[in-house]
Amino acid sequence: MKQNDYFYIPQIKKRNQKAAAFKGLAAAALATSLAFLGLFLFDMVRQGLPALKQAYVKVDIAITEATLQNPYAEFDRESLAIISRAWVRGLPQMIEENPQWIGTTQTLWALAAAETDQYMKGKQNRLRENQIQIVEKLKSDAKIELRFNKIFFFTGDSKIPENAGFFSAIMGSVLTMLVTMVIAMPIGIMTAIYLEEFAPDNRLTQLIEININNLAAIPSILFGLLGLAIFINFFGVPRSSPLVGGMTLALMSLPIIIVSSKAALKSVPDSIRQAGFGLGLTRWQIVKDHVLPMALPGMLTGSIIALAQAIGETAPLIMVGMIAFVPDAATSIFEAATVMPAQIYTWSGMPEKMYIEKTAAGILVLLTILLSLNTVAIFLRRKYMKKW
Amino acid sequence: MLFIAFIVGKGRAISIRAKGLKMHSQPDQYGWFVTLYTGLPAMMVGVVGVFLSLFGVASIPPLMLIGAALALAAFSLYGLSVKMNEKTKARDLVENFIKGLLLLAAFISIITTFGILFSIVFEAFHFFQRESFIGFVFGTTWDPDSAFLAGAGRGHEDVAAAKFGAVPIFAGTFYITAIAMAVAVPIGLLSAIYLAEYASDKARNRIKPALEILAGIPTVVYGFFAAITVAPLLVNFFRSLGIDASFESALGAGIVMGIMIIPIIASLSDDVISSVPNNIRNGSLALGMNKAETIKFVVLPSAMPGVIAAVLLGVSRALGETMIVVMAAGLRPNLSWNPLDDMTTVTVKIVQAMVGDQAFDSSLTLAAFALGLVLFVVTLIINVISVYLIRSFHKKYKVSNL
Repeated sequence: MKQNDYFYIPQIKKRNQKAAAFKGLAAAALATSLAFLGLFLFDMVRQGLPALKQAYVKVDIAITEATLQNPYAEFDRESLAIISRAWVRGLPQMIEENPQWIGTTQTLWALAAAETDQYMKGKQNRLRENQIQIVEKLKSDAKIELRFNKIFFFTGDSKIPENAGFFSAIMGSVLTMLVTMVIAMPIGIMTAIYLEEFAPDNRLTQLIEININNLAAIPSILFGLLGLAIFINFFGVPRSSPLVGGMTLALMSLPIIIVSSKAALKSVPDSIRQAGFGLGLTRWQIVKDHVLPMALPGMLTGSIIALAQAIGETAPLIMVGMIAFVPDAATSIFEAATVMPAQIYTWSGMPEKMYIEKTAAGILVLLTILLSLNTVAIFLRRKYMKKW
Repeated sequence: MLFIAFIVGKGRAISIRAKGLKMHSQPDQYGWFVTLYTGLPAMMVGVVGVFLSLFGVASIPPLMLIGAALALAAFSLYGLSVKMNEKTKARDLVENFIKGLLLLAAFISIITTFGILFSIVFEAFHFFQRESFIGFVFGTTWDPDSAFLAGAGRGHEDVAAAKFGAVPIFAGTFYITAIAMAVAVPIGLLSAIYLAEYASDKARNRIKPALEILAGIPTVVYGFFAAITVAPLLVNFFRSLGIDASFESALGAGIVMGIMIIPIIASLSDDVISSVPNNIRNGSLALGMNKAETIKFVVLPSAMPGVIAAVLLGVSRALGETMIVVMAAGLRPNLSWNPLDDMTTVTVKIVQAMVGDQAFDSSLTLAAFALGLVLFVVTLIINVISVYLIRSFHKKYKVSNL
């Protein structure tokens, strides 16, 4: 029968098999890359979620004047291993805020030490046998419990893992991003307007365009070198400050903003400009009153994407010293500050196990912010995108 | 002050018009004209003053600065409002002012590039004045300990002289990049082929944002992932095979870097493959080729310049990538073929030199600038080539959506 079929090609079966295999291979590759994303997010959530909880221990303390001087004396060695030293150190301050406590016995919920906390979460820990027994006893007496971790969200960094928080990093990031956006957005949008609307097509314009494309592809660490050599060493901007970090990042996000703003301006049809010229408007009048309002959502989207990239950038900020140990949140752009990715980097290098979950939790905070920024950008694009 | 200037300018224009004279521009434009040209000298004074005090040439008290700026503004406001008459071409003057301002902004990008180039070249030049260039490029030992001690103010301590042979650092960089590309190119390219050729529009519109998320994840997060999750997995895997692996292996860093680059390659190649014109595909199908053959023998070869450009951009990202290698690849310059050894890269060495309490002009810091110069030149060349390739692809198919 096959011999009678004019369309029969002997290799066809093999070829079709090969084609199917190729398609399968491509699908598998795509599935792999998506699986990486899934694995990655799953791993971060798995590591980071425990940090949202923090163990607290109920302790009875007979408070006297002596407690103010030496709070450590109130605890025996076993409980000091279970309770956080940071909490004990803060005890005198608590007493000063509540002077009526002196002379009484107070029942307080004390912050548990890192190892106790890890034990309560069922993780690897370095508690000794007798300490485990104490913790187990506390557990059966309901004197130890896991609560929502306020410290993580409302305090700054600390060398004591259970007392370390992300707040100063968040504040540092906010300040740095403010500087970045204040510098990069106006300059970026103005450059885009010049290149797209005003620039004559000459050597100079081409030079600027090529430059911008190259800037976009330069490794970020080189911007760090620039920030170090020029801003800090030459201009004397304070090291580690959000000002110098923001300026460095602004130079980095400029090309992104310029390119996306140019695209937004380009998408405004020429007929609008020609109509304006027909009415006798000048270029600037057309741009200001007609082109800009139409291109603005696109520019905003581009700026948000640039902002999202700047928030996650670490290497140039390390170069300009933004990995300083900052226990208190910075309040001005001249103070030493740290930013979220730099804090993540610092914590990931800490030897204590508890910093791992703090790092992962910090990453979750960072990713949440980035995702919401990107969602806003996509939403803006969808809402204001026009087909001409 | 500027607001007053606007009011004054506009008011004067209205009063001139009230006299029945024909004017060149609208009152509002006169307002803007006066505003801008009042503000300009004052701003200039402010900026110059700030720069002077930053350079330490002269310390001017801020109050005096503001006073001077205001006085100048008032002076120019007076001058402008007296001189202004119906012949003043306010509209054109405003136009020129804006144009100048925009051009100034556009120049900042050029200044930045030259700033980077200048600062790096300058410091690298300092470095090569002290250390030999040949030793830097061909030396195989990177041992800057004595320079480190000198930079930390302990130069008298008795250690061997510093050696700045950068070969092991370059080797590590290229090795890790090669591993990353071995992961990223096949997966990224095949994903792009699937997205562009097989996937339905609906699936494509859903998967592309997911890939963009993967591209938007900060590299410090990838670094943590490499150090905490991937490295132990690899060590355990190779231990079960009876091979000793370092926790800070080139393989772990390379794989994670590959994952990072997948979306870059996938997204760019997808754009390129989608913009190959359909008539080429149809021609191939009409000749009896099946879909996979069409892709392999017709679409991919036509898209090749674009695909190579995408890969090159991936390479340049991998070479300049910092956080993943800092966190997962080790600090020891190590000339080795074993992917399970720890290795170091150019970027790691730059970060390491800059993070310590080193004097800025120590040899170690300057060496970092020399490494930065190499990085800059290499990535610049790669970028130029890839831009050229994309251009040639453009010309060939006259597509403009890239």
